[in-house]
Amino acid sequence: MLAQIRLFFAERSVLEVETPLLSHSIGTDPQLEFFTTEYCASPLRQTLFLQTSPEFAMKRLLATGSGSIYQIGKAFRNGESGRFHNPEFTMLEWYRVGFTLPQLMDEISDLIGGLFSSQSLQDTQRVSYQDIFCSFTGLDPLVFSHQDYCAFARACQLSEAVDICGHDHAMWLDFIFSHKVQPHLGSNALCMVYGYPACQSSLARINEQCPLTTDRVELFINGIELGNGYYELADAEEQNRRFDKELAIRHQQKLPVSVKDQLLISALESGLPECSGVAIGLDRVLMLLSGSSSIEDVLSFSIHRA
Amino acid sequence: MAIYSTNEFKAGLKVMLDNDPCAIIENEFVKPGKGQAFNRVKIRNLKTGRVIERTFKSGESLEGADVVDVEMQYLYNDGQFRHFMVPDTFEQYQCDEKAVGDAGKWLKDQDSCTVTLWNDAPLAISPANFVELAIVETDPGVRGDTSGGGGKPATLETGAVVRVPLFVQQGEVIKVDTRTGEYVSRVKE
Repeated sequence: MLAQIRLFFAERSVLEVETPLLSHSIGTDPQLEFFTTEYCASPLRQTLFLQTSPEFAMKRLLATGSGSIYQIGKAFRNGESGRFHNPEFTMLEWYRVGFTLPQLMDEISDLIGGLFSSQSLQDTQRVSYQDIFCSFTGLDPLVFSHQDYCAFARACQLSEAVDICGHDHAMWLDFIFSHKVQPHLGSNALCMVYGYPACQSSLARINEQCPLTTDRVELFINGIELGNGYYELADAEEQNRRFDKELAIRHQQKLPVSVKDQLLISALESGLPECSGVAIGLDRVLMLLSGSSSIEDVLSFSIHRA
Repeated sequence: MAIYSTNEFKAGLKVMLDNDPCAIIENEFVKPGKGQAFNRVKIRNLKTGRVIERTFKSGESLEGADVVDVEMQYLYNDGQFRHFMVPDTFEQYQCDEKAVGDAGKWLKDQDSCTVTLWNDAPLAISPANFVELAIVETDPGVRGDTSGGGGKPATLETGAVVRVPLFVQQGEVIKVDTRTGEYVSRVKE
């Protein structure tokens, strides 16, 4: 699988890069927990973080004029362990300079199609978040109606959602999407869901035509989430605002303090080329290729035995 | 009582949910790459036996339930309660028919079984997987009957009715699998 991926990018003249796993700063996303470690070179003692994804470092390379790049490497997410999660996992991440999101989606489809050539996947499906959400739930994901969302949860025997989600639109979407939509996505096919609601924009740009949505895409096969791509946000000020907003949420929820990446902000200020990028969890791809029901089956040693 | 976080939920853990003691059957971690983490948990209500699914926000916690399984000897039925004893301590427990449930039809005096205690009161009874009971009533066998064929109903000394092969006679002791309610074999005296 790795050889095939490297060949795919070599044929397209995308440069393989390697960026640090240990870094002075870390993502601010309140939903991503990180590992913290200490660098000791007496008398110096510094807090360093294990990267939750190589995104920031790769964007700094893009801003220096690297051109299109890809990386296969480890990423670390604290507290994530389960049938589809291991706190240390392998990620493929790539950026295409000058690509729009639809162009990147074509390339994703080509790569996945090649990797799964022996499994004869059905044709790739492309659906908007709004359409797919509405077709499985009858709800509008872009406009939050507390009353309708609660009524839907009760009708589906998921009344606990009312207490868990409260008036948090993004959490309602996560809850309903992961329970009622995602399991149906991409049965023996790659399903790409684009046009995520703006409240779940993360590091993607807000769509120019429809500001309620964001230029973000998620990939699914057999109900398993494989990856996540963006038309990358290049506006340093907007990025800085999002960092500060997330830091405030982290503070409010008493989550571990993260250190925002000033080097990324400066890189964006100096100019990130127009580009789209995507990250894919390779362990899950391997799970699907080998028909495994648990990520443990495709790891040499999972966290419990590492 | 201890508090357990969703990360500690694993099969067999006993917790309190909606004021009832429950046992965790399965715990699945559900997390969108860029979103809220949930735990989708399958739980058996130990009072009703019903299995439900419930989602928790990861990191939420539940109070543990003081539920233990104790091997006991079944003593007798006084008409209203069944009585059990812990062989080591001679401590006795009485148990109403609701808690005994289906297990009642497999309980013979002196047999041992598992009593589930919640806050030191019997919550449920599980008979041994295999019990040996005498047949008190069944149609007489006919010459030529073999182990093949459909079998016939037999009433056992505890009141349970099981299907037995045609050659098995009234008064014989048989071995029964209590999980399926099926006849296993004859037991030689």
